[in-house]
Amino acid sequence: MDLLRSEPMQLVQLIIPIEAAHRSISYLGDLGLVQFKDLNADKSPFQRTYATQIKRCGEMARTLRLFKEQMIKAGVSPSMQNTRNSVIDLDHLEVKLKELEADLLENKANNEKLQHTYNELVEYKLVLEKVGEFFSSAQNSAVAQQREHDVQTTVKGSIDSPLLLEQETTAFSAKQVKLGFISGLVPREKSIPFERILFRATRGNVFMKQAVIDKPVLDPISGEKVDKNVFVVFYSGERVKSKILKICDAFGANRYPFSDDLGKQFQMIREVSGKLSELKTTIDVGLLHWSTLLQSIGHQYEQWSLLLRREKAVYHTLNMLSFNVTRKCLLAEGWCPVFATSQIQKVLQRATRDCNSQVGAIFQILQTKESPPTYFYTNKFTSSFQEIVDAYGVAKYQEANPGVYTIITFPFLFAVMFGDWGHGICILLASLYLIIREKKYSSQKLGDIMQMAFGGRYVIAMMAIFSIYTGFIYNEFFSVPFAIFAPSAYACRDPSCRDASTTGLIKVRNTYPFGLDPVWHGTRSELPFLNSLKMKMSILLGVCQMNLGIILSYFNAKYFGSSIDVWHQFVPQMIFLNSLFGYLSLIIIVKWFTGSQADLYHVMIYMFLSPTDDLGENQLFVGQKFLQLGLLLSALVAVPWMLLPKPFLLKKQHEERHQGQSYSLVHSTDDPIESGPHSPHGHEGFEFSEVFVHQLIHTIEFVLGAVSNTASYLRLWALSLAHSELSSVFYDKVLLMAWEFNNTVILIVGVIVFICATVGVLLLMETLSAFLHALRLHWVEFQNKFYVGDGYKFAPFSFALLSDEDEL
Amino acid sequence: MYGFEAMTFNIHGGYLEAIVRGHRAGLLTTADYNNLCQCESLDDIKMHLSATEYGPYLQNEPSPLHTTTIVEKCTLKLVDDYKHMLCQATEPLSTFLEYITYGHMIDNVVLIVTGTLHERDVQELLEKCHPLGMFDSIATLAVAQNMRELYRLVLVDTPLAPYFSECITSEDLDDMNIEIMRNTLYKAYLEDFYRFCEKLGGATAEIMSDLLAFEADRRAVNITINSIGTELTRDDRRKLYSNFGLLYPYGHEELAVCEDIDQVRAVMEKYPPYQSIFAKLSYGESQMLDKAFYEEEVKRLCLAFEQQFHYAVFFAYMRLREQEIRNLMWISECVAQNQKSRVHDSVVFIF
Repeated sequence: MDLLRSEPMQLVQLIIPIEAAHRSISYLGDLGLVQFKDLNADKSPFQRTYATQIKRCGEMARTLRLFKEQMIKAGVSPSMQNTRNSVIDLDHLEVKLKELEADLLENKANNEKLQHTYNELVEYKLVLEKVGEFFSSAQNSAVAQQREHDVQTTVKGSIDSPLLLEQETTAFSAKQVKLGFISGLVPREKSIPFERILFRATRGNVFMKQAVIDKPVLDPISGEKVDKNVFVVFYSGERVKSKILKICDAFGANRYPFSDDLGKQFQMIREVSGKLSELKTTIDVGLLHWSTLLQSIGHQYEQWSLLLRREKAVYHTLNMLSFNVTRKCLLAEGWCPVFATSQIQKVLQRATRDCNSQVGAIFQILQTKESPPTYFYTNKFTSSFQEIVDAYGVAKYQEANPGVYTIITFPFLFAVMFGDWGHGICILLASLYLIIREKKYSSQKLGDIMQMAFGGRYVIAMMAIFSIYTGFIYNEFFSVPFAIFAPSAYACRDPSCRDASTTGLIKVRNTYPFGLDPVWHGTRSELPFLNSLKMKMSILLGVCQMNLGIILSYFNAKYFGSSIDVWHQFVPQMIFLNSLFGYLSLIIIVKWFTGSQADLYHVMIYMFLSPTDDLGENQLFVGQKFLQLGLLLSALVAVPWMLLPKPFLLKKQHEERHQGQSYSLVHSTDDPIESGPHSPHGHEGFEFSEVFVHQLIHTIEFVLGAVSNTASYLRLWALSLAHSELSSVFYDKVLLMAWEFNNTVILIVGVIVFICATVGVLLLMETLSAFLHALRLHWVEFQNKFYVGDGYKFAPFSFALLSDEDEL
Repeated sequence: MYGFEAMTFNIHGGYLEAIVRGHRAGLLTTADYNNLCQCESLDDIKMHLSATEYGPYLQNEPSPLHTTTIVEKCTLKLVDDYKHMLCQATEPLSTFLEYITYGHMIDNVVLIVTGTLHERDVQELLEKCHPLGMFDSIATLAVAQNMRELYRLVLVDTPLAPYFSECITSEDLDDMNIEIMRNTLYKAYLEDFYRFCEKLGGATAEIMSDLLAFEADRRAVNITINSIGTELTRDDRRKLYSNFGLLYPYGHEELAVCEDIDQVRAVMEKYPPYQSIFAKLSYGESQMLDKAFYEEEVKRLCLAFEQQFHYAVFFAYMRLREQEIRNLMWISECVAQNQKSRVHDSVVFIF
């Protein structure tokens, strides 16, 4: 397999006998290498062949959702017992689900009925208690009043006319007898409007008493917990009564009868309590039955839902196939990779054999002008790098895949910005933790951010390894220099080291073998030295990567057989970039090797401004002036070369093809060159001005881009500078300062602050920013040299890809 | 007319406007309606709706569906949308949103009162009420015997109370009185809403006054047509027309004396915006008038979305959803009763 190109794809047609259709599709779903085309796009979902089956699946899914809801209510968690031996098919499942649902619903209804009665009785009991209390207290006060009254009458009796008074009191009590009352419960939040409406409706001719129930009560009708008040309303007259009854109904106040006879009250309370305990046991038994039922469902729930999801997917796929005229077989069209041909054929054969079908399925390859989907065969390591590329745009069919290079260049550019082997080790440990627990994590659902880190675990690991490497080169370990590879090459002139910062050090040993000499750290000239080094390094890296991009455009052009692109795009681009920035790289290297004092800015600027002037002290090598002149001229030539020939050649090519087309033989479009990008254009109208403007834009973009992209690579230097400065600030200003206080508390605080800052700012935020910059360098600076990215992804019908969270 | 709404509108209204425009994008399109009209059974309708915003509301309904369930669930979605918006709204948008529901409140009051007059069960009536027009003590309406009681008992607590000032009489409630009450209330409500929108100013005032004027004119026409041949006097009829709108005041004078539908037509054809509506109808016909008005209304409501930074989008969205639910109800009824030939009679395509 060619790593650089996406898999060769083919459009295939499958003709499947109808009796084997379901099985074939489900086997193909197991295989997961065919992307079906929707052949019924003009039909609405319910006009398709298998609409009824999908409706059945939907109905079953509803039942399963009901089970799930009930299971959550009952606190039963679906346990994944792999009882694979009891393979169940859809029809049986449907029957079984129906039975279980009916069972469950009946059970639920019974329970609810019982619960309803139970709640009613509870409310009744509450009413009896509260109203009883109220009545007894009222009676007590009434008795007390009566007694007082009696005392008064007996005292005054002899003087006043007792007869009249007696008459009055009896008349009064006679009136009292006519007072009726209603008692019951009303939801607390409605109690005030209730009282108000009662008052208004009866014009104040009621007496109402409410008592608060401390605990919320289960409402018999809704079955929910509600705060309620017990009320008693006294009224007189039938009309008022009917009004009150209506208002009670309107407010959802449950009424319960009550008698003011004490004996009866006690009897009723006793009765109610007896009934309550009876009901309680019945309800408990019902609930037990309910939960065992749910438990048995829970054992198989996962299996059923998996089966249902698969069946639904199969029927959705079947709906995409078109019926043959004879209605004996189904016609499928789809894309599959060429290497899968034999596997698909084998699977189809197996399916027809398993179904005892009379005729086998037919597999044939179709010719098409349509652009096939892009399919990169990735593994768990490469897939996340491919994702980085795909996030920008899916590669056009069979164009060079930058993902291959990204695997190395991405972590490397990241590490250039993040060079610190201490930080690198921290990140490596974190990513290794994720990699080691890969099996566990991949099966469970993670949080948003965690999922992201887990998905990119191999990218992170690679980035960490590379930043350990660049950390050694920069000699940074939490901004502490270590002389690991050898002792420093420099030493002070005398033991006191007084003049180290004025006259400098002397070289006593061989050059430090790998990376930066630790002695640079903390000196006054550290920054100018590192800046110059990193800046030049960034330009070298950038020019290399951009050259790689242009070379890839050559491979693309060669693969698609377009010599115009090779000669009038690739060659001038190479010349232009390398005559300017390739030359810059060259003189950077020459300067490094020769140790020359030449000013490179000066060289580059005056190469344009006055190319014929003498270089003077900035001369790096003999003949530099003539080389520069030559390079400048070739760069100038390259620009019109990029701009002009291509549109004219395309126009010519189009005209030739157009003339030839009407006479030439109809040749098969077998070879990939013909189905390349240009053949579809040939048949459409050719708009010269459009092509020319397009080319103009392209040229301008490249010429300006050569400058701006090179400058853009300087972010490598900037970020790496920022990183090292930040980490040295945390180290010097927090850790060392805390150390100097010689106080344990301050030291502990300092260490904590240092750790938080290192983790929060350097390990998380800096990683993110370096990641984003590396991403940009790949997407913009690298990929715009060659990458079209207008393809679409291969999305095969596969059971493995049915995600678990997918709603039923 | 236009202030600097664009500068400050988004501080409070931006989020909700985005929300409502998102909801509007979820309205069914002509393609959806075409598909729905081809459905063979209510299950097909459910299946089709499951791909729309109604999906989550319908998915847990067991299979033998009824039209009422579909309508109920769809209304539930509208109510949820509304409640969500109301929760997020600040003044004056929250008041504006509340105004939208008063119409339903009036309808609910009338429904309950008429129901109790005909000895229906209150619970059953409550189920029929539009959930947007519910208020706490609505069930108590059943107690009232005449309008004074109605007002004093229940409505004094509701936002409808100020509208009642015109129709407090001690007359017993009967069908005629109730209908007059409904229209008086509606008139007061529309006028109040109109004043409120004028107070808000800017694009809201401009668009809403247009929409409300249309509503008022439509009601005027309907009142006229419905009162032809009843004992309602001309003066009484005149009193029920809202005091704004395109027809106010001269059109109202003419409508008040109309004695048959063709006279109404003659009056209305003097007003260019209504000419096109009546041009679609043949003489003497009033059946299709409702649909024609609905179509015109939908067109105007859709236009409200063409401008930004105003509240009329909320009104328009609620109205469009209601129209959509009416459409769904009609389609489902036609499908359920095997009357598919009549399916296009009453469906108003929104887009």
